[in-house]
Amino acid sequence: MTVAYEAELREIAGRYPQPRSGLLPMLHLVQSHEGMVTTAGVEACAEILGISAAEVSGVATFYTMYKRRPVGDFHVGVCTNTLCAVMGGDEIFSCLKEHLEVGNDETAPRRDGDKATVSLEHIECNAACDYAPVMMVNWEFMDNQTPESARELVDDLRAGKEVRSTRGPRIVTWQEAERVLAGFPDGLADEGPGAGPASLVGLGIAREKGWSAPASEASGATGTVEDKVAAVEQADTSRAESETKAEEDR
Amino acid sequence: MTDTLTPVLTDNWDAERSWTLASYVGRGGYRALDKALAMAPDAVIDTVKESNLRGRGGAGFPTGMKWSFIPQDNPNPKYLVVNADESEPGTCKDIPLMMASPHTLIEGVIISSYAIRAHTAFIYVRGEVLHVIRRLQNAVREAYEAGHLGTDIHGSGYDLDLVVHAGAGAYICGEETALLDSLEGRRGQPRLRPPFPAVAGLYASPTVINNAESIASVPSIIDNGAAWFASMGTEKSQGFGIFSLSGHVQRPGQYEAPLGITLRELIDLAGGIREGHQLKFWTPGGSSTPLFTAEQLDVPLDFESVGAAGSMLGTRALQIFDDTTCVVRAVLRWTEFYKHESCGKCTPCREGTWWLAQTLARLEAGQGNEADLDLLLDQCDNILGRAFCALGDGATSPITSSIKYFRDEYVAHLEQDGCPFDPSASTVFTREGATA
Repeated sequence: MTVAYEAELREIAGRYPQPRSGLLPMLHLVQSHEGMVTTAGVEACAEILGISAAEVSGVATFYTMYKRRPVGDFHVGVCTNTLCAVMGGDEIFSCLKEHLEVGNDETAPRRDGDKATVSLEHIECNAACDYAPVMMVNWEFMDNQTPESARELVDDLRAGKEVRSTRGPRIVTWQEAERVLAGFPDGLADEGPGAGPASLVGLGIAREKGWSAPASEASGATGTVEDKVAAVEQADTSRAESETKAEEDR
Repeated sequence: MTDTLTPVLTDNWDAERSWTLASYVGRGGYRALDKALAMAPDAVIDTVKESNLRGRGGAGFPTGMKWSFIPQDNPNPKYLVVNADESEPGTCKDIPLMMASPHTLIEGVIISSYAIRAHTAFIYVRGEVLHVIRRLQNAVREAYEAGHLGTDIHGSGYDLDLVVHAGAGAYICGEETALLDSLEGRRGQPRLRPPFPAVAGLYASPTVINNAESIASVPSIIDNGAAWFASMGTEKSQGFGIFSLSGHVQRPGQYEAPLGITLRELIDLAGGIREGHQLKFWTPGGSSTPLFTAEQLDVPLDFESVGAAGSMLGTRALQIFDDTTCVVRAVLRWTEFYKHESCGKCTPCREGTWWLAQTLARLEAGQGNEADLDLLLDQCDNILGRAFCALGDGATSPITSSIKYFRDEYVAHLEQDGCPFDPSASTVFTREGATA
């Protein structure tokens, strides 16, 4: 273990009022450095936090994101919870198992010419149900997938082509992603859209129809008179703007 | 008369670089923080109380009341913990909120922490949403640099530190006391209550745990007033909420509306059920809330009405399934989820969810017999109310409600030695084929 690596583990523990709170992100950092949760990583966490290695292992084995075997450079998850499964997730998952010739939570062997490896796992609901069927690559959203798009996706990943999340940046490797989860930003926050199309459906309808929340209350316990007047004006203005825009769109 | 949709939290999601501080401030962001800091902390609590904001994470507990339970004479530090571990199947509102407008949540965190007199706050976000975590980390950095976080915020003398904490994949950590154990670096297992977190939460200190959407609603309440918020919604379920439509509707997505909107209205807005099909069943608030059918299309989606109709408003995760969907398959898959996510702490849930999955799998395959339906109900009866936390209760919801409405469909599996449905008919690819 390098000095820098150990210093980073200590830095994580130092973010919290009690160091042990840092254990989950510390284990993410272990995965980032070592490709999985290793015995050495467990022992380092235990040493820094002053707890036993058994206690750290007990935590590491509880959470599904911690891997005790290496995963691929790109860890591909297919949501097979009910909604996504029904919408096509089951078909996508079985298609990928066949295409990659692997079972659940396994890494496809590297073939001649492959630039990167891919592992496959079926995952639970990842909070993107309005984009079903959903896949994740290294915990980036890949929305609205089909068996064809899924096959193409894993082929591109193995071939080393740049793949972008449908709501995020170009996809970084699993070990790079784990580093961000440990609390070390990678500078990619500004990439990708603010929201995907499904996230904006209701807002779009409201804009079209000129619907909005009511204007601020005219009287109440909070704020100064000027604030209230300004807030009401602003609210009325935004309402008028959206109505004007709706007119223009027609 | 309030409009059908009332974008407040979602209102800036289509703004240029909506996630940045510049964009947020350009639309009046952090104005509410100034107002709050000019008020006494107790006055902030009173405003939130008067607004009747109720927890948006599912349980609907009054937020202001929760804050007022913090014993201010307790010498330990007070903590605010945001539950952003959004994992309830069907629920997809907090994640797009934090991706599009992390500063809405952060401003809410600062105001809420000020109200309960916390100087350290945490956002516990599930680990499986990398880009959302990037956006939160970035927004927290921006907020520190602009003086919205750190020491002497806006010259008020108030100090606050905020830590973004990524989880590691465990549905149970959405349960507030399991979340606290997880945040303390342990396995995420629920704690016995009492003591409640308000008295002995994080590090055995007074702690408020609120859902991300609840906290994100706070700046709008402070900015526009409690009466403004309470003017929306129904008598006991006031304000707005994000309704998440998914599944077999023409336009799945996020719809922010006053509480009390009906599914019929929402499906109309969403362009209807997918063409050529009819609504079969739906969840009002995630998989842990008992299923509804077309009979409940006009139930106002507020806490009281959904409860009176036999389910729960939950997280307003409206998963819509049409007539191509096998309810037994759907319920089995949810049951396997609960079995996988049971933390193992208590026997009714650990063993019970295992047995439920076994029994259901046998039925789905057309094996077993009709008495297995009674066996399932008996198993549910031994879990509901007997498990350590709500995960066990939730596991029984889809089973008991589906047997109530679709007993014949279970029997059909037995009569036909298997599932009578074609799973490919329910997929989105079929829809694309049909409309191409």
